[in-house]
Amino acid sequence: MPLMPVVLWTDALLYLLLALLGGFAWHAARHEHLRAPWRRVARSRIGVVTLVVLGCYLLVAVLDSVHLRLRLADQSGATSAETRYSPEVLSLLDLALAGLRSQSEKTYSAPFATHLYVKEAIELPDGRVLRDYPRLVHGGAHLDDPAARGLDILWRGLLGALLGLALWGAILFALSAALARRRGITPALMRARIKAGRTEVPWRAALLTLASILALGGAVALLAGHYHVLGTDKVGEDVLYQALKSVRTGLLIGTLTTLVMLPAALLLGIMAGYFRGWVDDLIQYLYTTLNAIPGVLLIAAAVLMLQVYMSNHAEDFASLVERADLRLLFLCLILGVTSWTGLCRLLRGETLKLRESDYVQAASALGVGHFTIIGRHILPNVMHIVLITLVLDFSGLVLAEAVLSYVNIGVDPTMNSWGNMINGARLELAREPVVWWSLSAAFVFMFTLVLAANLFADVVRDAFDPRLRGAA
Amino acid sequence: MSAYILRRLLYAIPILIGVNLLTFVLFFVVNSPDDMARMHLGEKRVTAEAVAAWKADHGYDRPMLYNAEAEGLGRLTETIFFDKSVRLFVFDFGSSDDGRDIGRDIAQRMWPSLAIALPVLLVGLAFNISYALFIVFFRATYVDLASVVLLVTMMSISGLFYIIGGQFLLGKLFQLVPISGYDSGLAGLKFLVLPVIVGVIGGIGAGTRWYRTLFLEEIGRDYVRTARAKGLGERLVLFRHVLRNALIPILTGVVVVLPLLFMGSLITESFFAIPGLGSYTIDAISNQDFAIVRSMVFLGAVLYILGLILTDISYTLADPRVRLQ
Repeated sequence: MPLMPVVLWTDALLYLLLALLGGFAWHAARHEHLRAPWRRVARSRIGVVTLVVLGCYLLVAVLDSVHLRLRLADQSGATSAETRYSPEVLSLLDLALAGLRSQSEKTYSAPFATHLYVKEAIELPDGRVLRDYPRLVHGGAHLDDPAARGLDILWRGLLGALLGLALWGAILFALSAALARRRGITPALMRARIKAGRTEVPWRAALLTLASILALGGAVALLAGHYHVLGTDKVGEDVLYQALKSVRTGLLIGTLTTLVMLPAALLLGIMAGYFRGWVDDLIQYLYTTLNAIPGVLLIAAAVLMLQVYMSNHAEDFASLVERADLRLLFLCLILGVTSWTGLCRLLRGETLKLRESDYVQAASALGVGHFTIIGRHILPNVMHIVLITLVLDFSGLVLAEAVLSYVNIGVDPTMNSWGNMINGARLELAREPVVWWSLSAAFVFMFTLVLAANLFADVVRDAFDPRLRGAA
Repeated sequence: MSAYILRRLLYAIPILIGVNLLTFVLFFVVNSPDDMARMHLGEKRVTAEAVAAWKADHGYDRPMLYNAEAEGLGRLTETIFFDKSVRLFVFDFGSSDDGRDIGRDIAQRMWPSLAIALPVLLVGLAFNISYALFIVFFRATYVDLASVVLLVTMMSISGLFYIIGGQFLLGKLFQLVPISGYDSGLAGLKFLVLPVIVGVIGGIGAGTRWYRTLFLEEIGRDYVRTARAKGLGERLVLFRHVLRNALIPILTGVVVVLPLLFMGSLITESFFAIPGLGSYTIDAISNQDFAIVRSMVFLGAVLYILGLILTDISYTLADPRVRLQ
């Protein structure tokens, strides 16, 4: 086999989350009462636009979550029976961005720069030594005359954007054909309807968003082969590559945290509300105690302990990637411990209400067991709360990651994350001239994700909130 | 009333014991004192004697929970649990891993924290409430729409960027205020301006949006319709009726964080080099000083519970419908 797949813990959990979401979508599509709120989301213009943006982030994260080890090219030392694999764990995204990953410079360079940020001694052919900004190894290396790069950038950018738009055109045709077939009209008529904005799902808004993303992506993709589009950082690594790799970290923290705390919150919240009495007292005591500890301090204490454990048990971790991965998982767990109490309280309140409802009383009178009642009547009726919490908590968790990494109690320092990018760049604004690109890249990527998540969360909440439903 | 407060205070004790047990498990059981010693001494100098000396120095050389060698009550008191955890109940924090008295440090460093946190809270509250009232006054117009877009945008920016941006713009580019630092008394005023501005701006997004929701909820109630029906102007309705009724949930939200103001903000204080409790905690975290982190966890829990009790009391004072029992 030319490669060996590697499944990290967080990868597995992400697959599990995707499978759960897929299963839920499949289930919801068959039940009208579950489908109705989602239809409201799909009919909202902000809803579909943010979904397209979030989808792009998810695509990057999923590509970055399929890990593998390549077979070493040189097999001379190995016997023919066993194949040896490179110790380096790569993801599909790494392979796709192989150019960006390997094309590093010596140190800082500005976006689209052809020369390094700092002066160096350059030896001229005639033996003299000159202090000047040296040419970059990769950025703009194909240019004979660096001054002419403006035109080159323009042409490559335009070509890339056109390629992106061509891809978009193909998507547009495929989509309109599929939609037209379902409605029994011609694709041309469907396209006319989309163009006029006369469709139930606002396809026009979604497609326009996709068009701008693809055009931008195409331009960047074509330019990234010859320039450092977002510059390079202190050790000369491409900032665009770092920012793209950070997408996975941000998304995982935002989603896995809720996923890992879900079993505890569901079990305890429903039990407290359903059984009441001493069970309720005990569970309330538990979450008041956990709430009483300031979240940051609990995280700090736990991560400190993890560091002690890891430095004393270094041999337990096969590779740096695995170690960083376990630390990420642990961070999700501990963030989950600090944030499950809110969901638990909501679930307890809802269960208290539900257990008095007629159908639960009837089931109980007919002699249905407690756990059957919980499984059949209570759990399905609190799932919407879980879903809203998952969406609402997401943006806060992404922002929290940056802050925690800044305090050095976030993800592993070797892991790409926006928090680590900001942390590394904190002194760069004080330099002269200002090194602004690392910070700006982290800012733009994070801001887009969080803004889309916030807007999407609003749409979801409005769609599910029964109080607003009557007014609309 | 006093019986109620007393009962709440008594109820706080099991919670504090729980917090204490949890931190104890986290700090001493998951990792033994030996692990901590090895971590502090570094990889190279780890000998059995060095570890034992470090533990004796810092009082970690006793049994965890039960000392079989001691006499009488000493069997329970001469243990790490009693030494390091139970003493916290009388606010005896002991000394940090580098030998400083934590109690004195805390008493000294909570004032700079308060000097930042209190103005941020008050100015932020005043601004957010005024802005939310302004939006509600122009509800369902373009002012409302534009404001909501602005608020969501501001909410989506990480607090780190407000600080970095503020330092860069006001401190470096325009050179209006010093970038960071602290001084006591009036001389320190110029150091406080930037952190307070940044703190207020960072809180506008979420704060104003929440208050706007509160006001809009109140404005749909029957008493507001009655007030309008009897001919009151929009301004009177807003200020005399809506604002006063919406103040109850706002008050609850504010009172609960009042005691925690002493703890300061980790990020703000470390960015602006303010010698408060927030930067104290951060330094302790980066120096891996477990004694300080443990004390701060306990202090935070105490202040949190205090905030809850204060909230209940303020509730009865503000809202005559609420009766404590």
